[in-house]
Amino acid sequence: MKITLLAAAAAMSMGLPAFGGSHGDGPVKAGFVYVGPIGDGGWTYEHHQGLLAVQEHFGDKVETVYQENVPEGADAERAMTQMALQGADIIFTTSFGYMDPTINVAAKFPDVKFEHATGYKRADNVSTYSARFYEGRAVQGHIAGKMTKTNKIGYIASFPIPEVIRGINSTYIHAKKANPDVELSVIWVYTWFDPPKEADAAKALIDNGVDVVLQHTDSTAPQAAAAEAGVISFGQASDMSEYAPLPRVSSIIDNWAPYYIARVQAVMDGTWESVDTWDGIGPGMVEIGEITEAVPADVKAEAEAMRDALGSGEYHAFTGPLNKQDGSPWLAEGETADDGTLVGMNFYVEGITGEIPN
Amino acid sequence: MDLGSINPDLLVAALLLASTPILLSAMGELVVEKSGVLNLGVEGMMIVGAVAGFIAAVESGSPALGFLAAAAAAAALALLFGVLTQVLLSNQVATGLGLTLFGLGISSLMGQGYVGIRPPASPRLELPVLSDLPILGPVLFSQHALVYLSLALVVGVWWYLRSTRSGLVLRAVGESHEAAHALGYSVLGTRLAAIAFGGALAGLGGACLSLVIVPQWTEGMTAGRGWIALAIVVFGSWRAWRVLLGAYLFGGVSVLQLNLQAAGIAIPVELLSMSPYLITILVLVIISSDKRRAQANAPNSLGRTFHASG
Repeated sequence: MKITLLAAAAAMSMGLPAFGGSHGDGPVKAGFVYVGPIGDGGWTYEHHQGLLAVQEHFGDKVETVYQENVPEGADAERAMTQMALQGADIIFTTSFGYMDPTINVAAKFPDVKFEHATGYKRADNVSTYSARFYEGRAVQGHIAGKMTKTNKIGYIASFPIPEVIRGINSTYIHAKKANPDVELSVIWVYTWFDPPKEADAAKALIDNGVDVVLQHTDSTAPQAAAAEAGVISFGQASDMSEYAPLPRVSSIIDNWAPYYIARVQAVMDGTWESVDTWDGIGPGMVEIGEITEAVPADVKAEAEAMRDALGSGEYHAFTGPLNKQDGSPWLAEGETADDGTLVGMNFYVEGITGEIPN
Repeated sequence: MDLGSINPDLLVAALLLASTPILLSAMGELVVEKSGVLNLGVEGMMIVGAVAGFIAAVESGSPALGFLAAAAAAAALALLFGVLTQVLLSNQVATGLGLTLFGLGISSLMGQGYVGIRPPASPRLELPVLSDLPILGPVLFSQHALVYLSLALVVGVWWYLRSTRSGLVLRAVGESHEAAHALGYSVLGTRLAAIAFGGALAGLGGACLSLVIVPQWTEGMTAGRGWIALAIVVFGSWRAWRVLLGAYLFGGVSVLQLNLQAAGIAIPVELLSMSPYLITILVLVIISSDKRRAQANAPNSLGRTFHASG
């Protein structure tokens, strides 16, 4: 049982609506629903940075509201409904588990625009957006494969959803290329945010001989565990630079600000349409945090070259030949994965041991 | 069974430590409930302890001061609950829930400037001679001081409730506050003391998370452990030893399942993930299955308001 704080949605910047602005009847109201606390230092923190960027960009032409720690489930519908009733024009729901609640609430408020992060269900007033985090995972996998001395790398996974599985596959493929002896251990913790559990998972991996810890959970707890044990780690969702240069040797940073600003602008202009956005390193939605001096110069150069190739589209993180875990062929030599397969990815690539929970 | 890369010594050390926050909080709540008060604010007191301990340890550089501050801050919060429910006679369930919400909110406010800071390291306590024993030494005798403290507290609480005069008074107050009052015992004083004690232990449990286990400050970092502690008190049928068993089972299986996953043991992950809840509930239900005895152990005045004139 988990009862979470429902922080009161804080209305920010209640300045007088400017007359004669681009939006006739007062400011556009943008709502944000967060799965964790802003202070997680990771996923929710970066979405909130996006909110602040929207506020800064539009000044008093926009009014923002947000709610933290909204559980994925029935409570999410309540939070969204409340925002819609309070007059929100656009609502960003920032976790995969808000998918069905978003669709349900959107059906009741056809005039409100909804933006759901990392999901795949759309409607006339529901857009989806996500980032190609797996491109960042490719870079991390390469560094991890080069840096491990025990040839064991560990991965703290949240829920068995395509986004997480893509990250695991991309990490493994590139770690294996960099170091053929590498083994990957995955721990499923079934939570996005539970610092003690994330720390225990990191310790369990380290106790089992892992010396590179990757995480797909939201808090910085695994970083602290890695620091104590003297192994290396990567920042997730946010730079987590307070743990640089060691244990955090690099990071994936989600940069939502440009997207949020563009979508709020579209509402102001009346040009908003339901779209599906999936951007990676190229358009800047995924950034690779500084690779620290703990990484040898040649490895750093290789990693940066990979980042640039991914960004320019010259290289795809899922390029054949690749087999599925059971040995059946997936991608032929030189073939790259199509987005349809990636969006619904529910299999491991060859070489990863263990099974994906259902 | 082949445990692969799992090192039993490290595993036992990890599970002792992982169980400690829940054990501390549950022992505190046990004493509170034995005095007839239901404080649902354990989660809130834990997180206030976590942040207060973290701040004090960072500012002073001393983990010991951090733990003291954690106990003091959470006890102060608990006394707020005590005054509201015992003096002003507010509803205990509602006030306890309110205490949790308040604790979560104020802790995130207090911790604003402390995100991403590393606290001073809390060293393990190496017991001389004993920690050099082969195999058992490193596991049993070089743990963090809080682990020993929590075990000592289990013995202390058991002995206090069973064999001391003031422990008997506390139980009498919990069983029938009218009778205890008629005999001239101070119901209010006893309950306030128990509430403060429960708060202090919950605070220590919280600080154990923020200073030893995680160790860092993150908003909402107790993530529901206070509720687990509450459940373990009930399933442990208000007995110190069963609460110890429940806390170690829950903490132990939690850590074990993570290790089994890390070692790649072929057991379905779904099963492993629910195992801590399943096993803890099962075992405690079995040992407290004698309904009459379990009920006899529940304090009769639990959650009821007492006013001397009434």
